[in-house]
Amino acid sequence: MSNTTSNAIEVRDAVKRYGDFTALKRISLSIKDNEFFTLLGPSGCGKTTLLRMIAGFEDVTEGAIFLYGDEIENLPPHQRPVNTVFQNYALFPHMTILDNVAFGLEMRGKSKDQARSRAGEMLELVQLSQFAARKPSQLSGGQQQRVALARALAPQPKVLLLDEPLSALDLKLRKAMQLELKHLQRETGITFIFVTHDQEEALTMSDRIAVMSAGEMQQLGGPKDIYEKPRNMFVADFIGETNLLEVSVDGINNGRAVCHLGGGHELTCDAVDGVGVGSHVHMSVRPERLYMSDKPVETESLKGRIKENIFVGTDITTIVDLEDGPEFVVRTSNSDRGNKRIFEPGAEMYVNMELGAARLLVD
Amino acid sequence: MATAKYDIKSYSGFRAITLLCLVVLYAPLVIVTIYSFNSSASITTWEGISLKWYADVFTGPESEKFKLAARNSFVIAITAATVSTSIAVFAATAMVRGGKFKLRTVSFGLISLPLMVPEIVTAVATLIFFNSIGFDRGIMTILIAHIAFCIPFAYLPISARMQGIEDSYEQAAMDLYATKRQAFTKILLPLMMPGIISGFLLAFIVSLDDFIITNFVKGAGVETLPTAIFGAVKQGIKPNIMAISTMLLGISVIMVTISYFVSKTDNTK
Repeated sequence: MSNTTSNAIEVRDAVKRYGDFTALKRISLSIKDNEFFTLLGPSGCGKTTLLRMIAGFEDVTEGAIFLYGDEIENLPPHQRPVNTVFQNYALFPHMTILDNVAFGLEMRGKSKDQARSRAGEMLELVQLSQFAARKPSQLSGGQQQRVALARALAPQPKVLLLDEPLSALDLKLRKAMQLELKHLQRETGITFIFVTHDQEEALTMSDRIAVMSAGEMQQLGGPKDIYEKPRNMFVADFIGETNLLEVSVDGINNGRAVCHLGGGHELTCDAVDGVGVGSHVHMSVRPERLYMSDKPVETESLKGRIKENIFVGTDITTIVDLEDGPEFVVRTSNSDRGNKRIFEPGAEMYVNMELGAARLLVD
Repeated sequence: MATAKYDIKSYSGFRAITLLCLVVLYAPLVIVTIYSFNSSASITTWEGISLKWYADVFTGPESEKFKLAARNSFVIAITAATVSTSIAVFAATAMVRGGKFKLRTVSFGLISLPLMVPEIVTAVATLIFFNSIGFDRGIMTILIAHIAFCIPFAYLPISARMQGIEDSYEQAAMDLYATKRQAFTKILLPLMMPGIISGFLLAFIVSLDDFIITNFVKGAGVETLPTAIFGAVKQGIKPNIMAISTMLLGISVIMVTISYFVSKTDNTK
């Protein structure tokens, strides 16, 4: 491969086995320079294993890992110019905050004074200068998190690895840290590889996301791609909320697939590779891309009856029973703008689909 | 949480049994301690408070013998505790951080077995061992024997401590460019320190107090404090023995107390 040097990380056919158990089934992916890249998946999907293989804490059973073109999978962790922010932070409890941040610099041969002055700058960057002399246990979870970040960034690694660093924080702090992390990534220009099981976090921060499940990569793409064009059932279901409908594909014309929903309902949507005429597959329709009306509006209008309205603050979630067909969840924004229309339970109405809202899935 | 109904304190006879146990365990120690301050030359009649037997220990006719024995005891205890603690640190590192290796359970058994073996058996075996290799008995044989039987005492608090230290600290150190050795000396060792100190003090006190093994492997004329006391007691118990015993008891209590508190300090917090 000629473009290896331009990639921050290239994982080539990496396999990880623990005895009989295969944690990672032949993964290949390239992470670009200066990218905020996220490995997303439920626990046990192999995302942390892959991160630890890049850091050097796990052996690679088969395959190779390149860092800016250099093969690194056989190097011990201390010889890899990557640093990790651990899930539990792993701040050295017997050292002060300043010494924690200076540790990596000292180990790289900087004098104690140089290391400390640079560590001081890093603490300024994360706004914790006033805590320099304290011990980690005297800091709150969010502060410890920022120290861990400063410590990992201080030696200016080529790639920063983050292993679910926000999972121990409460919701508000987590949201604030998500933005802070993204800004920090832009300012430093360091490639970030972020591991999380939180799809919202992944969508918020990432340039690109690799969705993983059961040791395999399910889809790789930008947040918008992954959300709007999920490739298979797993991705559609794992990322956000969606209506998953069983359909049979009756015909394909000019790149449009005609799909049968049951109960005589029909929908057309973009054909996708791997789903041919006659196949029985699933279709994903995001609830916020549906809207209701008392008359059919678009070509893709389905007749139904309101079952229930659920008020959830920002939105109103409506459950609709299609005549002789499946159930639909429709989400309407709780604002007076747009073509919003709410019906009382029991009312007959039409569910309309925005263009491109329906997506066929490879099962 | 035990409710009042099932609280062990409500069992009949609980109080009496507890008191009986405490009396049997501690009454002799209390009596020895009290009588060490007796001004009488008799060990049974009380004639008033005095420190004369303590003075006698340091200046009396037997003081030279006891001073020499005490010096031997402390030299042996400090050396044996230091060496056995060092060995225990490496043993604990291998056992706790060595991953799953074959014979791990066997290794643990071998390390802690000396705690279960009757001391007299160890004493006889050690003596036979030194005889069979033609090693002259003396202070060296005592020292070697003490190092050997102190290892499990030093090992237990150290390995307990180490099990409580997550390995992510060492990983973080190695991630931050520390070699394995630096991760050990700069991170793991300081975090293990309470366990190490506790193990050292336990080994020290076990060595200082040991009689049976010492008595078997010591050469003629070499005495430690316990063997010297035993020798003196054979010629009749004098109050100066009580004074020495009380001082030895005091040292033990202080060491065990320090060991207890040190092992409870958590420098990971």
